[in-house]
Amino acid sequence: MRIELSVNGEPCEADVWEGESLLYALRERLGLPGSKNACEQGECGSCSVLLDGKLVCACLVLAAQAEGHEIVTVEGLAEDGRLHKVQEAFVAAGAVQCGFCTPGLVVATADLLARNVYPSDDDIREALSGNLCRCTGYAKIFDAVRMAAASL
Amino acid sequence: MSEATVPKLELGRVGESLPRVDGIPKVTGEFAYSSDLQAAGMLWGHTVRSPHAHARVGTIDISAAVGMPGVHAVLTHEDIPGEKRYGLEFQDQPVLAYERVRYFGEPVALVAAEHPEQARRAAERIRVEYEPLEPLVDPERATEAEPLHPDRPTMGHGYRDDPRPNIVRSLVIRQGDPAAEGDVAVSGVYEIGIQDQAFLGPESGLAVPDGEGGVDVYVATQWLHVDRDQVAPCLNLKPEQVRIHLAGVGGAFGGREDLSMQIHGALLALHTNRPVKIVYNREESFVGHIHRHPAKIWAEHRASRDGRLVNVRVRILLDGGAYASSSTAVTSNAASFAVGPYAVDNALIESTCVYTNNPPCGAMRGFGAVQVCFAHEAQMDKLAEALDIDPIELRLLNALGPGGSLPTGQTITGTLPVADVIRRAAALDVPEAEELPRDPMRLPGGSGNTTRGEGVRRGVGFAVGFKNIGYSEGFDDYTAARVQLHADGSATVHCAAAEVGQGVANVILQVARTELGVRDVALAPHTTATVDSAGSASASRMTWMVSGAVRDACRAALEEWDKKGRSLEVDVERIYRHPRTTPLDPETGQVTGERAHVAYACAAMRVVAEVDVELGLTRVVWIGTAQDVGHAVNPQAVQGQIEGGTAQGLGLALMEEIQTRDGLITNASFTDYLIPTTLDMPPVVSELIEEAEPDAPYGVKGVGEPPTVVSTPAVVAALRAATGRELSRVPVRPDDIVGL
Repeated sequence: MRIELSVNGEPCEADVWEGESLLYALRERLGLPGSKNACEQGECGSCSVLLDGKLVCACLVLAAQAEGHEIVTVEGLAEDGRLHKVQEAFVAAGAVQCGFCTPGLVVATADLLARNVYPSDDDIREALSGNLCRCTGYAKIFDAVRMAAASL
Repeated sequence: MSEATVPKLELGRVGESLPRVDGIPKVTGEFAYSSDLQAAGMLWGHTVRSPHAHARVGTIDISAAVGMPGVHAVLTHEDIPGEKRYGLEFQDQPVLAYERVRYFGEPVALVAAEHPEQARRAAERIRVEYEPLEPLVDPERATEAEPLHPDRPTMGHGYRDDPRPNIVRSLVIRQGDPAAEGDVAVSGVYEIGIQDQAFLGPESGLAVPDGEGGVDVYVATQWLHVDRDQVAPCLNLKPEQVRIHLAGVGGAFGGREDLSMQIHGALLALHTNRPVKIVYNREESFVGHIHRHPAKIWAEHRASRDGRLVNVRVRILLDGGAYASSSTAVTSNAASFAVGPYAVDNALIESTCVYTNNPPCGAMRGFGAVQVCFAHEAQMDKLAEALDIDPIELRLLNALGPGGSLPTGQTITGTLPVADVIRRAAALDVPEAEELPRDPMRLPGGSGNTTRGEGVRRGVGFAVGFKNIGYSEGFDDYTAARVQLHADGSATVHCAAAEVGQGVANVILQVARTELGVRDVALAPHTTATVDSAGSASASRMTWMVSGAVRDACRAALEEWDKKGRSLEVDVERIYRHPRTTPLDPETGQVTGERAHVAYACAAMRVVAEVDVELGLTRVVWIGTAQDVGHAVNPQAVQGQIEGGTAQGLGLALMEEIQTRDGLITNASFTDYLIPTTLDMPPVVSELIEEAEPDAPYGVKGVGEPPTVVSTPAVVAALRAATGRELSRVPVRPDDIVGL
């Protein structure tokens, strides 16, 4: 089936099989592999994207359900070639190791800071508890979120 | 098609905290992981796996799958043109099962199709005739059971000749008088469950036929050249016809030392003459790679009244699962470090690893030292209590250091500041107890705790551990680096070291900039095609080894450049080797030369935990650690390793275990196999103890493993202090805390 949607501000079309997830369509049909496929069952947050401004796991949304909706992926956060403050902070704070969880965490953090400019550590803990990271132990991710919050 | 490349960035020198060279592509989503690769005409591969832990394999009927829509190939063991078995160290593992399957999830057949769903559906139509056999799932009965590998693949390699069936390796270390008595003795039996590496990037890769009978494989792995040397014989190709290229690696932690899709993808690609991509899903990842060995450890410590260890007697049983992987080295490590970083004159240590039909086990961060550290630290606390000595004082009293020796008779010649890490960790300020009542999110169990905290008890725990750096027991380990100096003053470094997230790309560039004195240094793609082996990204060896190789290649390049009049292009490759090691004596477990291990690193850790003793819920409040890191090449990255390694040890202490029933894994998902989240990890205060290692380039040491070794016992010690319970098994379950 053919779907039309907006991705990172651009209108897109894709031919998808009915069983395909939005994650598969983004990665394999639309050339946007930034959203990651770590569990494909909504447990790890690596595929976090914004759907009409709401944080969702792209693996739990069927591609067909995204018809007519606006999606923002990690590839859409930088503007005019300038990194988003959250992206800058993740690099500077050392919050990236293997980086497989990073796109999801960057999107989730951007979403948190869009709603809460001065998050407490408990706010951060709760907001990012759905994003698994196996490398960092989260300490430098907390540093990055605080750093990004201070710079916004 | 894309592959992981590291962009040219300006970098600093050894000793500076510099942002990761691959940081920007990783935060923008541009970094190409092995599961992101694409090629024109690409097919998707799928692996058919055994639903049985042990069965005889009869006929495999592929006829229903062959003609299905989009299907281009269906392969079984009959389609393997070369060796039918492979293995990291011993060729005991079938590429595709024949005659019998020995573990749940063992690969049996392969499908390639145009869409991954077509491949999955075709796989369901393959009919495999299985005759189920009794699975051997109790490692304590393995040496009395029918042999799973009658040809005994690990025998004849210089190990102790142990005639019992299903022995992967047994090692006995005898030192001094193993019957020596002390004034006080404490004993315990400890168990460690199966931990999984649970890296987030699933096993995946892309195999591309080269049109001349060879193949290029782009894959997430830990050692490119050892992959090539396992892949080529199975394809009946020469090594140079197989080129392994590093694709972006989404974490490794030992779990990518063994092959996953490499041979399978290459077989499908050569058979179809099309690029083939294989991506495991999470369930397949859990069954498709080796795990940390579960262990049972019996320990007895004898000490004098004044607290000196007199004799340590330890028996270790490791369940290796169905295939050998790196189990023989894990067996040896467990034995070498069974006493912990303590001096003792008399010891009897027996370490045995057996084959079973449980999930295959091999390398995971900490590699044998994790299991025994859990036991020896519990024993030291027991001994402190029996002697009425402060547990930290007891550890200081027995601390090993330079000039001391291991039970293998090896003298510590490099740095090993055990007493220093103990003192520094013990001196860290522990936070004040938080008052009750409080926000439920800050109670053990978080919002799941509906009490006002009446059952909450606080405990402080302490542990020390150590581990070897580098490959041991006579392994001829080396790392190659190639340096090109260009006419415009820039340089390119080729090194096949796998960047698995640990930051080795920065290490390579920081060393090159230090040596060459130029800013403009690029790192070429990591591949077998342009440079010799770098060895494995494991055993906390890579920082040391690449530092030596890149340093030597840079210095040789500058010499060459001088000779050529400083204007022409220079291209040199150099091999670096660490000090040689020799095997342990197969009968006594004693060193046969100066050293069996290259060097060591140690860490001490203090943990504050709160436990709801009525509900069995825990909350780790704070962790402080001091670690022996040698000269830190990149202090920020070193801290990152300590924090991340600590989280994995906390996971083993509190939640992580592969569950099996009759050899079948029952929790192969992130819903059922839990790893620490932001809600589970406390702040980690880390002190870097920078003592230059004399044998290492720039005085560096590996840093990835000690935090994982020491954090599990430190967390459990805090739980013991809070509950008063023995807690002799990890992960600790709520039932254990409540006493059900």
